[in-house]
Amino acid sequence: MADAKKKRKPMIGLQPEGDVDWSQYRGVLVVVEQRKGIAKPVSLQLLGEARRLAAKLDVPVLALVMGYQVSQLAQEAIYHGADKVYLCDSPELDHYRTRPYSRVCLHVIRKYLPEIVLMGATNTGRDLAGAIATHLPTGLTADSTQLDVDEERLLLASRPAFSEKMLATILCKQFKPQMATARAGVFEQLPRDPTRTGEVIPVPPQMDAQEISTEIIEFIESFRRVNLQDADVIVAGGRGLGGPAAFGLLEELAQELGGVVGASRAVVDLGWIGHDHQVGQTGVTVRPKLYIAVGISGAVQHVVGMQNSTCIVAINKDPNAPIFKIANYGLVGDLFQIVPALIEAVRARNGEAIPMNMPVNS
Amino acid sequence: MLHIVACIKQVPDSREIRIDPKTNTLVRQGVPAIVNYFDLHGVEEALRIKDEFGARVTVVTMGPPTAEKALSQCIAMGADEGVLVSDRAFAGADTLATSYVVALTVQKVEDTWGPVDIIFCGKQTLDGDTGQVGPGVACRLDIEQLTYVEKTEHLDINTREIIVHRHLEDGVERVKANLPVLITALAELNQPRRASLPGVLRGIRYKPIVWTTNDFPDIDRSKIGLKGSPTIVSKTWVPEPKQVDTEFLDTTDSKAAASHLLDRLYATGSLQNSVLA
Ligand SMILES: Cc1cc2nc3c(=O)[nH]c(=O)nc-3n(C[C@H](O)[C@H](O)[C@H](O)COP(=O)(O)OP(=O)(O)OC[C@H]3O[C@@H](n4cnc5c(N)ncnc54)[C@H](O)[C@@H]3O)c2cc1C
Ligand SMILES: Nc1ncnc2c1ncn2[C@@H]1O[C@H](COP(=O)(O)O)[C@@H](O)[C@H]1O
Repeated sequence: MADAKKKRKPMIGLQPEGDVDWSQYRGVLVVVEQRKGIAKPVSLQLLGEARRLAAKLDVPVLALVMGYQVSQLAQEAIYHGADKVYLCDSPELDHYRTRPYSRVCLHVIRKYLPEIVLMGATNTGRDLAGAIATHLPTGLTADSTQLDVDEERLLLASRPAFSEKMLATILCKQFKPQMATARAGVFEQLPRDPTRTGEVIPVPPQMDAQEISTEIIEFIESFRRVNLQDADVIVAGGRGLGGPAAFGLLEELAQELGGVVGASRAVVDLGWIGHDHQVGQTGVTVRPKLYIAVGISGAVQHVVGMQNSTCIVAINKDPNAPIFKIANYGLVGDLFQIVPALIEAVRARNGEAIPMNMPVNS
Repeated sequence: MLHIVACIKQVPDSREIRIDPKTNTLVRQGVPAIVNYFDLHGVEEALRIKDEFGARVTVVTMGPPTAEKALSQCIAMGADEGVLVSDRAFAGADTLATSYVVALTVQKVEDTWGPVDIIFCGKQTLDGDTGQVGPGVACRLDIEQLTYVEKTEHLDINTREIIVHRHLEDGVERVKANLPVLITALAELNQPRRASLPGVLRGIRYKPIVWTTNDFPDIDRSKIGLKGSPTIVSKTWVPEPKQVDTEFLDTTDSKAAASHLLDRLYATGSLQNSVLA
């Protein structure tokens, strides 16, 4: 096959392009991730954090918006903290694809020279950041949970290391821009301010449609797919549930609390619930306001994924279960007694409150 | 015949890593090494394709000499060849330097055994934990990357078309691409097989191919190891263990306990009565 035999040598060891006067690089750029013109929460959170960093550096906050029919989002980026927005709006950017998107990013970075580039540590953000950092090349820190800058204008990107047992601060002195992806739910989004103004700079696409060899056949939005990362309340179940049926109970409780259902790996491996519910080292890292662990022992691999929840409730019949070490509230007992009682109690409260909101003539 | 490369890394079993409470440092002594969890799913998918269409499966890893064991495990599962790229000069590599060496290795694998059609990587490693090496390798080889893949829906070895399902936070994407591609594997992709008895024996006897910097005459030494790594760890610290005074609620009466808990959660703002708010 011709394409398989294509000479690939020139790409392997990449060098910075053009002049390398790093002092020209100014500004904090946030690459805004969107679906159907709606920004991912993490992108707005990063715009908020970028404002804080940019104030320290005395530079503008820049945003890059890519997609199709997303010009409204450029305005939103300004309302959430951007001073300048690079907007690439084109049909072939309708769905995210690595190459056409990374070409636009590379073009913007090389032309407008931001000193810091931030993206959400989502699957798409990590896909894109990994490609761009290699291409430029520059250093990239994954999954940051703290960001700061020092007197030398260096980005201090801190991230959990060794299964979240440690934190490490990572620097990139050698190249610009300094790049990091950042976790959702860690940084504060600024309140939307529709009086904020800024400049929108159109950017042309950098690839012809026929050059792009991947094709998105379809995107199947899963309404049922749990968005653990953005949930305020998570009710998570483990092997203590005894079987898949009991997840129905957790689903009920979660629904009453306006939350979603999480799970330990043990039950995911047993097939009691889907993979996308898994919290922990090999699942998702979450930081909800409330995490209720039901029949979960609290193995380190699970705990690293949820220990930063604001409030943790543990329900377990074993008073020595390690999960109690990190729980704010402990309920030692049988989940099959406690969870139904909880559902009933929440219902009673919600029930009291609901009539206040009901339309008068329904 | 198809030629598939699976990139694996030997990592410390993170369950066994502890923090020394006195010195606040990692205790890595005696920590067993395992094949990175997600990489086994990449190896398994390569072997499934081999079972269905016939393929040569080459497993590659950059690591210390002890990583031979990780390769043997993959050989035992059914891989054809294992390549260990090992040299002191590679030590201290970050993802940029790693992807450089892994890409050069894939290129040399192609020169040795013929063009590669599919490269598998894991979603991420348990120690590096970045998921950046896969995209880095794809970029350097100038091929398409299909990351976070949870299913191979279709592979046509004549038209060289592959359709995979990419797992995203808000849904599943069905993507079509033409070989060659680089795929990063999620756990959902498959269940890694256990080695058969003959496989185990082959794994034990197998001596992997070892390449050092000398085997890469054109290698740019400024791009490997610590020197070739732009990211620097400037400091590490153990976060203050979360001081939690667990309040144990009396559960003799479940109803009372439930009500008590809710009072607390609403009072502390962990739950908000959205209807009243
Ligand atoms: C490389 C690696 C990565 C891993 N990654 C993850 C990960 O990402 N996420 C993860 O969760 N795990 C992960 N694990 C697995 C982890 O080590 C544990 O095996 C797993 O978290 C245990 O799940 P569990 O708490 O549901 O089950 P168990 O440990 O079996 O605990 C069940 C608990 O339920 C309680 N219980 C039983 N019956 C009742 C009842 N009727 N009422 C109340 N309580 C009851 C028991 O007292 C017990 O504490 C990983 C392991 C490895 C090796
Ligand atoms: N030293 C290595 N040798 C071979 N493959 C590697 C190495 N490091 C990482 N990889 C591959 O790249 C994937 C992502 O690694 P990471 O970017 O470290 O999370 C892993 O799952 C492996 O498939």
